[in-house]
Amino acid sequence: MVIVLLIFFFLFRSGIALFKDISLKDFLFGKNWFPVSSNPQYGILPLVAGSLLVTAGAIIISVPIGVGCAIYISQVAGPKTRTGLKIIIEFLSAIPSVVLGFLGMVVLSMLVKNAFSLSTGFTALTGSILVSLMALPTIVSIADDAINALPKEYNEASLALGATKWETIRYVLVPAASSGIIAGIMLGIGRAIGETMTVMMVTGNAAKITGNILSPARTMTATIAAEMGDTVRNGTHYNALFAVGIVLLLMSTAINIIADYVVSRSKKEAQ
Amino acid sequence: MDKKKIQEKVAFSILTCTMLLVVIPIILIIGFILYKGIETINWGFITEMPRKGMKEGGIYPAIVGTVYLVLGTMAFALPLGIGSAIYLNEYAKRGRLTKLIRLAILNLAGVPSVVYGLFGLGLFVFFLGFGTSILAGSLTLACLILPVIITASEEALKSVPAEYREASLALGVTKWQTIRHVVLPYAMPGILTGAILGIGRAAGETAPILLTVAAFFLPRLPKSIFDQAMVLPYHLYIISTQVPNMPEGIQYGTALVLLGVISIFFIIATTIRIKMKVANRS
Repeated sequence: MVIVLLIFFFLFRSGIALFKDISLKDFLFGKNWFPVSSNPQYGILPLVAGSLLVTAGAIIISVPIGVGCAIYISQVAGPKTRTGLKIIIEFLSAIPSVVLGFLGMVVLSMLVKNAFSLSTGFTALTGSILVSLMALPTIVSIADDAINALPKEYNEASLALGATKWETIRYVLVPAASSGIIAGIMLGIGRAIGETMTVMMVTGNAAKITGNILSPARTMTATIAAEMGDTVRNGTHYNALFAVGIVLLLMSTAINIIADYVVSRSKKEAQ
Repeated sequence: MDKKKIQEKVAFSILTCTMLLVVIPIILIIGFILYKGIETINWGFITEMPRKGMKEGGIYPAIVGTVYLVLGTMAFALPLGIGSAIYLNEYAKRGRLTKLIRLAILNLAGVPSVVYGLFGLGLFVFFLGFGTSILAGSLTLACLILPVIITASEEALKSVPAEYREASLALGVTKWQTIRHVVLPYAMPGILTGAILGIGRAAGETAPILLTVAAFFLPRLPKSIFDQAMVLPYHLYIISTQVPNMPEGIQYGTALVLLGVISIFFIIATTIRIKMKVANRS
């Protein structure tokens, strides 16, 4: 608890100081992030756009795969396969992000470059693919838990009525577990937005607004990690990075609270 | 075959495909690093200082730095994490405040690691004046893994049957003695699993370290906890992005060592958990 307060306090202490130099409006709606030019501009919009682009790509990839995999693990696989799969997927979440980033740089970026014949493989898409790998374990394990938490009677009643196993999954189990699955997806999004190292290593770090997933992008997390080393303590740039941190913190807090709300509502429904 | 059966077959094959789409990349990742990295790994690589701008020699200081950092993180996170879990589960009254604390812990678990890095930079490095040091990094990482440890320890404490506590209290033992001698030993495996998973995570984190401990290139061992250090994940980041013409072998070798360290933590934690499940069933 104390730590939560301390985190908020220290981020805000430095972050707020930024607004002595720059107006809140310029920060939130500025379209340019040029911290080191002779006329520095600190508009967070391109960074938010980068984060959203990479996250959206990652979620589009990982949600269908993750939910499908969760259904497979909880309903199709036998008990032994189930345990094995769960361990493998848990291991995925233990792989350090910098290792994934490294592989992304040397292997995946080449594949992306050749597949779409681009001039560079360091694109938002490359980041999305890697980040989807990091969001997957969260989505799979929470969705799997949600399906498993359903009362056995649901399954049995549906099968007794003559529905096939697939019909049961499709029309009974998945709808019943939907709020748990959504919570898993929310937390997966949280994971994706917060991912730093992989994104920093493979997305090409171009801080400009783009909707094209095949072009380089730069996220909020990567900006903080990459630029902090060049800043002067309590300088405008330093404070601006803390302000970016505040935005990140607020986003992740919002996502967590929504996910928590969805989970607790689904628990109430189950009772 | 009727239509429904075919439908089911198709659906299940699609589900199997999604499962394979998750599992195959994982196996490819591990296999690829193992295959490419194994030829670099030898005794010298693990025990020698890096030479010639890290392009030759070993990664010894990075390994030592990681060990120090992990030990430091454990020293702060374990007592604090287990302590708060005991308080939350055994002493705290169920009310508004505990609910708020729980929500805070949950939320803490979702905070991006780089934000922890900023926080560590603001509080430990500058405000408390520890500078970029092992101490600042350990404290930052401890904050980062606290939620993992608290949640896991709480789960473990919850799983202790109420009869154990009641029986002990009925014998006239004080509450603390009950916790110390009855509840904790029973919950220990669960607590350990959580702790090990948390520490494994700490060992692989890069972003917070980048802001609080890491030295770009430091071909000597850290002298004290106030010293900077090289650390494995950051070292991998440096040699794969910041150093031009880095020999590939060293990169893969470093990745493999890092993956190996994480695997050790992971395997220990998983083994304890599986053993525990078997023990609980009997």
